[in-house]
Amino acid sequence: MSTLLSLRDLWVEYGDKIVLEKVDLDIAEGSFVSIIGPSGAGKSSLLRVILGQESPTRGTILLDGAPLAPECGPDRGVVFQRYSVFPHLTVLQNTMFGLECAQAPLLARLFGAARTKARAEATAMLEAVGLGDNLHIYPAQMSGGMQQRLAIAQALIKRPRILLLDEPFGALDPGIRADMHGLITQLWREFGLTIIMVTHDIREAFSLGTRVLALDKRRHDPHAPHRFGATAVYDLPLRPREEPEA
Amino acid sequence: MRWVNRQISRSDRLLWGAAPILLLVLLYIFAAAGRHAANPSDKILPLPSGMAQAMSSLIFERDMLSGQYLFWADTLASLQRLGLGLGIATLVALVLGLLLGALPPVRAVLGPLVTAIAVIPPIALLPVLFIALGLGETAKVALIAIGVAPVMLRDIAGHVAALPREQIIKAQTLGAGSWQILIRVALPQALPRLFQAVRLALGPAWVFLISSEAIASDVGLGYRIFLVRRYLSMDVIIPYVAWIALLAIAMDVALTWGSRRCFPWAQGANH
Repeated sequence: MSTLLSLRDLWVEYGDKIVLEKVDLDIAEGSFVSIIGPSGAGKSSLLRVILGQESPTRGTILLDGAPLAPECGPDRGVVFQRYSVFPHLTVLQNTMFGLECAQAPLLARLFGAARTKARAEATAMLEAVGLGDNLHIYPAQMSGGMQQRLAIAQALIKRPRILLLDEPFGALDPGIRADMHGLITQLWREFGLTIIMVTHDIREAFSLGTRVLALDKRRHDPHAPHRFGATAVYDLPLRPREEPEA
Repeated sequence: MRWVNRQISRSDRLLWGAAPILLLVLLYIFAAAGRHAANPSDKILPLPSGMAQAMSSLIFERDMLSGQYLFWADTLASLQRLGLGLGIATLVALVLGLLLGALPPVRAVLGPLVTAIAVIPPIALLPVLFIALGLGETAKVALIAIGVAPVMLRDIAGHVAALPREQIIKAQTLGAGSWQILIRVALPQALPRLFQAVRLALGPAWVFLISSEAIASDVGLGYRIFLVRRYLSMDVIIPYVAWIALLAIAMDVALTWGSRRCFPWAQGANH
């Protein structure tokens, strides 16, 4: 597998507090990377930097060999734990949003044939995540699990190079969470996705991922705990990507 | 049962809510009847019959001087000023509020200015407006607009700035730029809040309207009240005040209903 994303000597500091130090990673195309680690170990910081929401203090990030702009873009999709969907749009409108933004820079709305086409594409994507029967309801009328399904459909319709998941199933009931695990594994295979997932749940990290990264501090100064940052202390390749059955 | 747990049914609520109002009306009628028994030409607490008589000439008869039905001319003039002032304020608040709330550079440039304007008591600006814009309609509309716009603007800007950061990030990962985020993410979510802001601005807007009409005008609800005060005409003042209250309530109800109609998603069905 070729390398899709490389982090080179990455540092993230807030003031004199060092969150991440000297992170060097190569992420292969098609892999499912789980990131675990104690609270405050910089899991979410790492994800925000890859997402482009924050820029690293030092170091470079290469996507397909080209340096990343320090801004979010459609090449990296994201699903947060909460607030990932737009409350004022219906399920279908939420999913069409990404298509409308790309094709209608001025109005961000499509009309006529282009709209029908976008509608069909969005409907197909919603059927893939199991929301085919709920196209016209608002997020406030949906359960947490359905909202996360919608957030995934919304992100996937842009065909992102990488899908970033920030504790996507953390707020869900155990039963729903198992369903979502099945769904994300299936989508990962079907669409050939590259996924980076931050999670608190170690079982989830090992059962879903093809590779598990554990972030923690290598060194600890009891008098100045903030002066050492975290880095990948364990990097466990679990299994090669399984090819989908033909 | 504890008082915090006592729920009043819908029909009972109507009854209980009407009780204090009816009680006040009754008290007034008793007091007025008492005064009229002692002095039949009392002007301070007019009886309902006196009010009806005074108002009927204003409502149904043309004024000899101007040839207009004074009550309707007053109402029309006041509503026009109020509508124009509130309309301008709403538009300014929406456009600037969106820009200020969603775009940090605009907030950095205009934020302090808006704060500075918001702390000036609008009535203190009235002389400036009269000098700059003359005593006509413009100054009155301007007073209402300047009086209510800053508060509405800051409310909208605050609401937009408080939209979850995740939504703005998500929109960008879906390919949206600043303009698209403004019109597709920020604007629709600011609108229900705008309806609320207009509702809350109605009170101050009426205050500014009546003030400016009292100082310099020749028609309007506020003008009439302050004019007939010279003749102790409580039989006109009380119905006019009641009419103003009725208009304000009607606007408030219409805005609440409109907001509920237009933004079903904002009603928080069950989540």
